[in-house]
Amino acid sequence: MSRLGALVARETTLAWGRGGGPLVALGFYAGVATFLPLAIGPQHDRLAAIATGAAWVALALASLLSLERMFERDYEDGALDLLLLSPVPLELTCLVKCVGQWLATGAPLALASPVAAIALGASPALAPLIFACALLGGVAFAFVGGIGAALSLGARRGGLLTAVIVLPLFVPPVIFGGGALANFAGGLPWTGGVAFLGAYAAAAVAFGPLAMAAACRNALS
Amino acid sequence: MHGPKNLRKSSGDRLISRLSIDAAAIRRGGRLLFRGVSLQLAAGEACALTGPNGSGKTSLLRAVAGLVRLEAGDIGFGGVDPADARGELHLVGHADGLKAARTAREELAFWTRWGGGTEAGQRDAAEALELVPLLDLEVRRLSAGQRRRLALARMLAAPRPLWLLDEPLSPLDARWREGFGAIMRRHLDGGGMILAAVHDPLPVATRSLELSA
Repeated sequence: MSRLGALVARETTLAWGRGGGPLVALGFYAGVATFLPLAIGPQHDRLAAIATGAAWVALALASLLSLERMFERDYEDGALDLLLLSPVPLELTCLVKCVGQWLATGAPLALASPVAAIALGASPALAPLIFACALLGGVAFAFVGGIGAALSLGARRGGLLTAVIVLPLFVPPVIFGGGALANFAGGLPWTGGVAFLGAYAAAAVAFGPLAMAAACRNALS
Repeated sequence: MHGPKNLRKSSGDRLISRLSIDAAAIRRGGRLLFRGVSLQLAAGEACALTGPNGSGKTSLLRAVAGLVRLEAGDIGFGGVDPADARGELHLVGHADGLKAARTAREELAFWTRWGGGTEAGQRDAAEALELVPLLDLEVRRLSAGQRRRLALARMLAAPRPLWLLDEPLSPLDARWREGFGAIMRRHLDGGGMILAAVHDPLPVATRSLELSA
């Protein structure tokens, strides 16, 4: 459908340029990952033990960065009004916005996350699982983050509000993904954590757009 | 140039050919803007909404577009579901939704496709509003009048029967006020409808509805 194709292209381009786009997210991610050894100390054993967890938390934080502008720009300049004046349901429009957000930040961060974890001392054997978890987690972060971004529309300092709304909702994927990675590293069963992470991401994709659309309608009226 | 024939859409779409506002009241931020406002608009008719600043002209336009809830009253589109009617109207206001960092061409292309228009329609619209030499400029480089013409071109590129215009003429120069008058006349001749909030008279024959503060 040409409408949705055009929207995907627009949202990805806009997300790519939003707040510096993927480069800033990656830079922030690298920054957080570099901070940890400075704060915790350079001992290899200690760092290796927390490497995957640290990479995972840094990923959640970096996913917060450009959320603020996801709906706000369109809300401020009137584009959100015009996006509503269409046969395309707003829920679908919101879903596409999240896909654009994920393509512009989640996917590049997922590529960077095994690198960061290995640099902190995680075993290279973990890399594929870290990448897979980061991809799934990124989906959850984008769709859950979208809810926070839509809810804080019209608020002053919306970015901070978005972070406060969204961080608690980032907890489950952080637990599931971090748990799976820790179990895998320790030779324990790990598929359960990945399955829960996938389920959380799927639920976010299914219900997130409904919540975002309701929040947008409320902000506009 | 753009003709009335372009108003026809693909099969299955029902065009709206009537707008009826019945005893509408709108409350914004706890303040009642107006109540008991009624208006009937049939195909080929235009109505100018007048009234002092803050009298609710923009809110009424947004209510017709389904963006603002009515406190009381009803807005109908001749039997078409209001949710479907949203895809049959254009809204041009102060917040034009154009992204400053994108080129005029990118913006026009996206909104044309979003509105259901064709590439030919997009080309004709750019020509009708003399935007062709400006298309490769970023929107931020356009003057206020050029930017408004770009916003108006979106309506021509994706024809829809009902135009909701909020101060459409204000940034336009004398020549373009006339030019847009001709475009509005063609829209009405083709069975379109226009509801416009204005302070200056529109260059087309209209009825008018005054909202008092």
